Amino acid sequence: MLNNEYVPFLSEIKEVIKHTAMEYTFRMAYEGDIRPGQFFEVSIPKYGEAPISVSGIGEGTVDLTIRKVGAVTNEVFEKYAGDKLFMRGPYGNGFDYDDYRGKELVVVAGGTGVSPVRGVVDHFASCPDETQGLTLIAGFKSPHDMLFRDDFPRWEKTSNIILTVDADDENTGMKVGLVTEYIPGLELDAVEDAAAIVVGPPVMMRFAVKALLDRGFREENIWVSQERKMCCGLGKCGHCKVGDTYICLDGPVFNYTKGKFLID
Amino acid sequence: MGYILSPEAADRLIASLADDCLVFAPKRFVGGAVFSDLDCIRYGEVKTAGEIVFDQKSDYSFKEILTPVCQALFYFTEDQIKEADAPEKGAVVFLRSCDLHAVKRLDDIYLNNGEEDYYYRRLRDRVKFVVMGCSEAFDSCFCVDMGTNVPEGYNMSMEPAEGGFAIDCRDAELDELLGSLADRECDVEPSHVEETKTRVKIPEGLTQDVMRSKIWDEYDGRCIACGRCNFVCPTCTCYTMQDLFYTENGRVGERRRVQASCMVDGFTDVAGGGSYRKKNGERMRFKTLHKALDYKQRFGYQMCVGCGRCDDVCPEYISFSRILNRLGDMMEEVNTDAE
Ligand SMILES: Cc1cc2nc3c(=O)[nH]c(=O)nc-3n(C[C@H](O)[C@H](O)[C@H](O)COP(=O)(O)OP(=O)(O)OC[C@H]3O[C@@H](n4cnc5c(N)ncnc54)[C@H](O)[C@@H]3O)c2cc1C
Ligand code: SF4
Ligand code: SF4
Ligand code: FES
Repeated sequence: MLNNEYVPFLSEIKEVIKHTAMEYTFRMAYEGDIRPGQFFEVSIPKYGEAPISVSGIGEGTVDLTIRKVGAVTNEVFEKYAGDKLFMRGPYGNGFDYDDYRGKELVVVAGGTGVSPVRGVVDHFASCPDETQGLTLIAGFKSPHDMLFRDDFPRWEKTSNIILTVDADDENTGMKVGLVTEYIPGLELDAVEDAAAIVVGPPVMMRFAVKALLDRGFREENIWVSQERKMCCGLGKCGHCKVGDTYICLDGPVFNYTKGKFLID
Repeated sequence: MGYILSPEAADRLIASLADDCLVFAPKRFVGGAVFSDLDCIRYGEVKTAGEIVFDQKSDYSFKEILTPVCQALFYFTEDQIKEADAPEKGAVVFLRSCDLHAVKRLDDIYLNNGEEDYYYRRLRDRVKFVVMGCSEAFDSCFCVDMGTNVPEGYNMSMEPAEGGFAIDCRDAELDELLGSLADRECDVEPSHVEETKTRVKIPEGLTQDVMRSKIWDEYDGRCIACGRCNFVCPTCTCYTMQDLFYTENGRVGERRRVQASCMVDGFTDVAGGGSYRKKNGERMRFKTLHKALDYKQRFGYQMCVGCGRCDDVCPEYISFSRILNRLGDMMEEVNTDAE
């Protein structure tokens, strides 16, 4: 029998974790192999579908951290633990831990861009022996836009965590500045072998990659994750196509040697 | 096996095909053209051979049979889903050589780009193709330059000949039917053209660098982003998902997909007002390179089949074949700039 990829399955919301007024993590029941950086199509009949990245992987669960921005996501925010959502996936390639094992790893993430890399950071922060050292540079607009605030203290125990905000409007004493400002000063043993992951808004990604290259990172050691409009997640609808690449199938994670040719 | 059929026998052939499947062919819709009260030639169901238009190009392609303009995927209530039924009948589709080659493009996107598309597969498996020979090319055709002029892999061919129809049959089931209807058997090969008035040359060394050409900007003003060129194209496959509800409280509805166009506003819009390729010239560049470069890099052969329909339909008289022919100049322009 042919597999019908378009028909979603129902999954129960196990828990809702509120980060900000606009961003919640929905912990969904899910059994099966998943990689951080992959995504699901989450849907609510009548409102439509939205691609959402995997922001965490647990025993029998997958975390989806959703920003409330439109038709589908507004409706998802009306749901509580015990309710159900339709999902299909996982789609996309996701991050491959093997690309980073044994290396010094720097993760640069902005805003909701922290979601897709959270699984990677969580993995290497809890298995510090697998890398030669992990640095996370995470940037948010302001202190109250911070996601995953409970994770940072835990990660800090094993890794170098640089948390920064564009503006400290509440005088919390947090570092102020763009993520790119922390790249030139990165202390690394062998930058030519170090790996980096960059995820965030397009402008931030462009400048962060440039700063990494200036710092001495090699192009083939940098990975980026791309976002585009997606309707199918299956290489059919064409919305995510850039050049000869389908972001949903070939990505969303790309090595920069390939990612740099993704020009709209 | 080749056959000659009288017009009456051809009518009987179509009628008996129509007994257990849907027969789709280019038909005349009187006064159905988009801009005027001219007739429109497009696909519809036929019951007789006489209804099939052999001497004009169809304004729209056959693709709607395999990739419907609007296709229900499933029906839903709040927590239940029921898959849309497969069509009860198979189909026989009349089409020209260029369109037959376009089927291979649809197959590669829907069956070989990632997992198989369930809805496409279940239609595709039940379609037979009848190629309509071309004795002469129409003005805007450039199939020869795109390598699609010789039909391949059809179940049957059919074209007017000797006051009736000449048929080449490659399908055992159809052969049986034809044996009892035909006036006589003889060798038949579907006609195909060897030259076209419109000529197209896509440069050998075409690369992504051509994106930087200034020539694309010309289309910012000329193209009105109506998307007609996509909708008539037999190789365009994009669609958008849509949810529809039937009842006031929205608890019952359907999810469907509708054909989409990369030339039309909204194709790349993401939440929060972001969008890529805002200018029409950028969209023209995207469409052109999809047809002439990207697809080839991915699948190893050119996507555009040279049917010329996009040239015929454009309300702004933009010629796609001319754009393809300008790619050489554009490459030269960007190469010179780079020096
Ligand atoms: C690979 C990928 C991963 C993503 N991960 C997350 C995540 O972890 N958390 C999160 O909050 N958001 C994520 N997004 C963005 C999220 O998909 C959009 O915010 C969401 O689709 C908005 O849907 P909506 O119906 O609420 O908004 P509307 O603006 O009403 O959306 C209308 C339609 O536009 C499309 N659309 C709108 N924005 C986007 C977008 N940015 N990307 C793709 N399609 C879009 C959808 O198909 C949607 O049906 C991701 C997008 C992609 C492509
Ligand atoms: S090229 Fe012509 S048909 Fe295509 S979108 Fe532009 S104006 Fe419309
Ligand atoms: S791009 Fe134009 S000429 Fe080429 S297949 Fe499509 S409609 Fe026909
Ligand atoms: S999301 Fe449909 S082709 Fe990539």
